[in-house]
Amino acid sequence: MVKGEIVRVAGPLVVASGLKDAKMYDVVKVGSERLMGEIIELRGGLASIQVYEETAGLGPGDEVFATGEPLSLELGPGLLSSIYDGVQRPLAVLAEKSGSFMKRGIEAPGLNRTKKWAFEPSKKVGDQVSPGDIIGVVQETSIIVHKIMIPQDVEGRISEIRQGDFTVEEGVAVIEMADGSSAPVQMMQRWPVRIGRPYAAKMNPSEPLITGQRVIDTLFPIAKGGTACVPGPFGSGKTVIQHQLAKWADAEVIIFIGCGERGNEMTDVLLEFPELIDPHSGKPLMERTVLIANTSNMPVAAREASIYTGITIAEYFRDMGYNVALQADSTSRWAEALREMSGRLEEMPGEEGYPAYLSSRLAAFYERAGVVTALGEPERQGSITAIGSVSPPGGDLSEPVVQSTLRVVKVFWGLEDKLAYERHFPAINWLVSYSLYAEKLEEWWDEEIDKNFRTERREALKLLQIESELREIVRLIGVEALSPNERLILETARSIREDFLQQNAFFELDTYTSPKRQFLLLDLIITWHTLALEAVENGMSLEKIVTSPVREKIARAKLLTDNEIEEFAQIKEAIIAELEVSETVVEL
Amino acid sequence: MAKEYLTIKDVIGPLLFVEKVVDVKYAELVELEFPSGKRGRGQVLDISNDVAVVQSFESTQGLNTTQTRVKFIGRGLELDVSKDMLGRVFNGLGTPIDGGPKILPEKRLDINGEAINPVERDYPSDFIETGISAIDGMNPLVRGQKLPIFSGSGLPHSKLAAQIARESRVLGSDKEFAVVFAALGITFEEANFFIDQFRSTAAIERAVLFVNLADDPPVERLATPRMALTAAEYLAFDLGMHVLVIMTDMTYYCEALREVSSARKEVPGRRGYPGYLYTDLATMYERAGRIKGKPGSITQIPVLTMPDDDKTHPIPDLTGYITEGQIILSRDIHRRNIYPPIDVMPSLSRLKEKGIGEGKTREDHSGLSNQLFAAYARGKEAQELSIILGEAALSDLDKTYLNFAANFETQYVKQREDENRSIEETLALGWSLLSELPRSELKRVREEDIEKYMETKEV
Repeated sequence: MVKGEIVRVAGPLVVASGLKDAKMYDVVKVGSERLMGEIIELRGGLASIQVYEETAGLGPGDEVFATGEPLSLELGPGLLSSIYDGVQRPLAVLAEKSGSFMKRGIEAPGLNRTKKWAFEPSKKVGDQVSPGDIIGVVQETSIIVHKIMIPQDVEGRISEIRQGDFTVEEGVAVIEMADGSSAPVQMMQRWPVRIGRPYAAKMNPSEPLITGQRVIDTLFPIAKGGTACVPGPFGSGKTVIQHQLAKWADAEVIIFIGCGERGNEMTDVLLEFPELIDPHSGKPLMERTVLIANTSNMPVAAREASIYTGITIAEYFRDMGYNVALQADSTSRWAEALREMSGRLEEMPGEEGYPAYLSSRLAAFYERAGVVTALGEPERQGSITAIGSVSPPGGDLSEPVVQSTLRVVKVFWGLEDKLAYERHFPAINWLVSYSLYAEKLEEWWDEEIDKNFRTERREALKLLQIESELREIVRLIGVEALSPNERLILETARSIREDFLQQNAFFELDTYTSPKRQFLLLDLIITWHTLALEAVENGMSLEKIVTSPVREKIARAKLLTDNEIEEFAQIKEAIIAELEVSETVVEL
Repeated sequence: MAKEYLTIKDVIGPLLFVEKVVDVKYAELVELEFPSGKRGRGQVLDISNDVAVVQSFESTQGLNTTQTRVKFIGRGLELDVSKDMLGRVFNGLGTPIDGGPKILPEKRLDINGEAINPVERDYPSDFIETGISAIDGMNPLVRGQKLPIFSGSGLPHSKLAAQIARESRVLGSDKEFAVVFAALGITFEEANFFIDQFRSTAAIERAVLFVNLADDPPVERLATPRMALTAAEYLAFDLGMHVLVIMTDMTYYCEALREVSSARKEVPGRRGYPGYLYTDLATMYERAGRIKGKPGSITQIPVLTMPDDDKTHPIPDLTGYITEGQIILSRDIHRRNIYPPIDVMPSLSRLKEKGIGEGKTREDHSGLSNQLFAAYARGKEAQELSIILGEAALSDLDKTYLNFAANFETQYVKQREDENRSIEETLALGWSLLSELPRSELKRVREEDIEKYMETKEV
């Protein structure tokens, strides 16, 4: 290893001399404790290093070692159910080694070296293989089969393949390469975090990611392989939405990155996920989840690395053919880490002190999402859905991180503090939010759920839009100025807001709504509206319609379970009965 | 071995640039000897091959470049801790100022502490009864939480903080309880108010006070909250006590940070505050919490005054992004002579759902508070309408809500400074207010809870 010497220390930035031939983004070890760092600038024979740990006690003259390797992850069985820091050190192992508080300079490999995994080969001796080919599988957790793929740069004929229990470092196969050399293949492979993993082809997303959240799935849906951002001021419920998606989204693998956020939130996930049962597989949610926790008080440079660590793991599972949902909470903290390092490098600041390359870095991150055909045999498709929350200062959406994000993502769930104060959760503002996948996904809903979905969804959006205009009028001249039809719209819109959009994440019966129930619920409200409009036109008094007893049933319908689905039909009949019976009364 | 230098090149604000230094480490503690013989302390902020940038904790008045001695101590800023700290008053750098004896240290701890490993955290879930309805009923405080008070100048945040410190208790628990109080740049009178409050209730015996007043050096203020939190960590995680940390006023802390940052000519972020303000605040707020297998806990109540009552100002804004909720005081409610002037709508306790419910407070607590929130919000909406259109233009239902909002403020939020409401009283009060509303409006509470807890009024 090349040895250099520290010449300057300023917070997480260390400048070193004498690192000959060091390359950008190479990992270095700093000081006698061998703190891990990464070269982020080379200038005039000096290397600027961002150090992933606290730098107190370092000084000029201390030694620095170049490893000559970029920051890389260990990919293989053992990733799932793990909780890592921003540079893939397992936090549970760190706790075993150093107790409740994070000590410096502790090394721990990303994957357990002693655990044996049962490898089941799917290829045989003599088979020709190239990068990405699946040569066997490991049942990693009860729901996820980990596929062992041929690493990059390995191509040739299998000369040996074994079945049985192995550690991640033991060879499971040997490949005879074209040049006559032989390459052993182990279950673990390494990949540099800042480089996207290759794939055969990329495609447009076309299937919804079902999240069980009514406002999302029905009004502003996200596709598998899509990108979304959730900006909102503090207290508007970003983290709850992210947790809800991590819990209920119908992806096969979830990567959750706690990037510069609260320690207790990660604890919440850690304690809750093993208890929660995935509605799709019936197994604990933790078995499909990888957590990356770099909380706000952990070193800022590792926070910068954490989102790359997350997306690289996501890509690895995507390459196996899984649908992966990745959530980053929050990308603003990542951007701030970028800003802090940029400031210490004395770079010319762009907007609000953020470096000028903020938007290109963000775009490059979100571009790693998508639906792809993976390299190698058998042919398979996988996807990464990337959802980033943004924490704009003062809730101001014009700030650089939100603006740069909006340029690349296709779905925008705008959170509003006013709604949160009224305890309208999820506090997604239905007037400003959008989803560019909506039209495409309506086709899916019409085919899979109900052919009336598209019409009713659009009707609901229209009513909400009209409501906001009517409320303006009411605010100025009072509700008397409205016609009965318009007053009815206000009533229906309120029902959409309270009985459909509001969803209590902490209430067992309400926290997840299946697509079928989402449609039936919306259908009740829209049916009521259509019939009530007719009733008004037939002369029934608005007062009577609005206070009709069936409305309370509609209000409580969101708590019905999938087993009580026939009750929706009963309520619908009740709606028809109430609004029609009264009609005949009028006719008399 | 300590090295001593006479090589100060520049003095800029609180910063000294010391030349020709050898073997100096980042974040090392520095002792200064002024020409007058006065001694002070400082810390290394930036170290390159031969220049060390030292931030002085004392005022740099009387310091010169030729005769001032700079000694590098070879360790960071530390605090001597022991159980005897209880009942004592210290200055912002941890030196006793109450005339009592020196602390015989059990341990000497780096004031920067270390981050708690997220897997070792235990989730806060014990409800703390503060005796204040607007907090207990609507935005409850949980042991191990960090819940700041966002206030404005002239609002009674000190009274409120003192009341919480005085009356808080955990339901069904009698573990050892301590208060660590950090005064950050507040006036003598304010600091005295707290000390008197502690003295008058004998709470002082289980309190540790760190006092940095408005006329103490601002740079010292950067160390004070860390001193307080180090003491709190020792009491909580070494001695197993439940510690409530009150830090007031965080705004002055942030201003001191800005002062040092601008002296260092750093690129400023919003409103001149350094770009790392979030990280810096987080390294303090995140020191709240509980640890698996340890009996103690740290609950933080930082107090900050929002400049111009502006919640989007960087200090409250970044604080809100780190802490687990906020209690917001409103000037408008204060003017209407309601104490405590807590605006429950924008206030929030993120840990609410974990700290309440069956076995903790009562099974109807969550639904009840959601219903009260929704009804109060509707009432406020009606209030706005009535301002524009006059009360006559409101529908009957809106009028009911209007009444509800007024009653909520004057009966539920308002209470006497010495009034300690139990959680049962708070919940009963909530139900009694809800009973004014038509039954069909109560969509957020469960039917069985209505039956059980709401006394139906005879019409």
